[in-house]
Amino acid sequence: MLGLGAVGVVAGSRVQDGLDAALAPLQRLDPTGLSGLLPGNYFRIYTVTDGYPYESDTNYRLTVDGLVDHPTVYTMADLQAMPATRLVRTFQCVTGWRVDNVHWQGVALSVLLDKAGVQTAGKDLRFESFDGVYTESLTLAEAYRPDVIVAYSMLGGPVTQEHGGPVRLYVAPMYGYKSIKWMSRIQVVDRVEPGYWETVGNYAVEGWIGDSNGY
Amino acid sequence: MLLRFDWVERVVHWVNATLFGVLIFTGAALYLEPIGRLIGRRALVEDIHVYCGLALPVPLVIALSGSWGKALRADLHRFNRWTKEDRDWLRALLRAGPERRRSLGGIRVGKFNAGQKLNAAFIAGSGLVMLGTGVIMRWYHPWPLTWRTGATFVHDWLALAIGLVIIGHIWMALMDWDAMRSMFVGTISRTWAKRHAPAWLDGEDGPPAPER
Repeated sequence: MLGLGAVGVVAGSRVQDGLDAALAPLQRLDPTGLSGLLPGNYFRIYTVTDGYPYESDTNYRLTVDGLVDHPTVYTMADLQAMPATRLVRTFQCVTGWRVDNVHWQGVALSVLLDKAGVQTAGKDLRFESFDGVYTESLTLAEAYRPDVIVAYSMLGGPVTQEHGGPVRLYVAPMYGYKSIKWMSRIQVVDRVEPGYWETVGNYAVEGWIGDSNGY
Repeated sequence: MLLRFDWVERVVHWVNATLFGVLIFTGAALYLEPIGRLIGRRALVEDIHVYCGLALPVPLVIALSGSWGKALRADLHRFNRWTKEDRDWLRALLRAGPERRRSLGGIRVGKFNAGQKLNAAFIAGSGLVMLGTGVIMRWYHPWPLTWRTGATFVHDWLALAIGLVIIGHIWMALMDWDAMRSMFVGTISRTWAKRHAPAWLDGEDGPPAPER
């Protein structure tokens, strides 16, 4: 039993991939939806407050301010009218679970930063969630990567409330906690301020997948 | 009446049952989004789950560590013995219809039948695996990322298996009210023992059943 457990820990990552592949066609045929209760590579839904904050698409606003020449407030329609970036990437949680081949769509963060005109004193970014608690950070260099987007679509539809909708950040090369949910503000600052999980969970500020938080 | 479970064993059983109940409930809230949404307070639920998990071995260890654990130690000894009767019992179980009833009746079962022994072994082993994988998930820093993913995989599937086994355990208890009652009050009738645990009654698998 213990031996099986140890084998499962070492090989489980690959076994789960195989199982997912094997179960996927069966789950498509399952009319009850009960097979969705089976363990697999699904999103675990985290929130740092007591529930999920809500904002409608029409009332949603994203503020870009701080050390910028043109502070701007975007509506959902503004964001959707801008050139879109599409990514298909794995979402990896630092605690181990992951979801492969997640479709994302949004505006590259670099586009918003260029429009705002980052001042020379601006070195880092601070992100705020409209849940009032969750904050995150990136350096300016990280924020300019092409695989860092302000996402309004994931999993083939709008970003739902539990996934951090209507708009969340998606930092593809980093662990999930960097991809702040329910994002309402991007502030350009002069130094990195550790975010919520980095303070509460003692996670690395530089959350590179496979290269931080231990191995 | 015969004493089937002394007070130490009953306390350990019900403390364990409570911990398992809390673990299943909080685990479901952490894993299943609709339940988590109803309850909220994920950080608190996570703490409760982790500390109940860590506490799981404590009652058993305390109960085994003193003179008060004599009956429990004797029962563990019984669990750890796999006899010819156990093999026969399992084989008989696989037979169909009246043939099964007849062959099961002919076996001199001890205090615990083979099914109960397998259940105990499974829960003890999987409890340790859940503890280990849970620790990897909660204190993940020292472990490689693939191990964390593997630990999640083991923890999820084993939780499902344990849930089914516990449902089976409760189902069996509800099917035998006398046996279930003995986990509340400790005693059971001589008639029950003669039918379900004759070797225990006659002291063939350890100390004979004490009278109360």
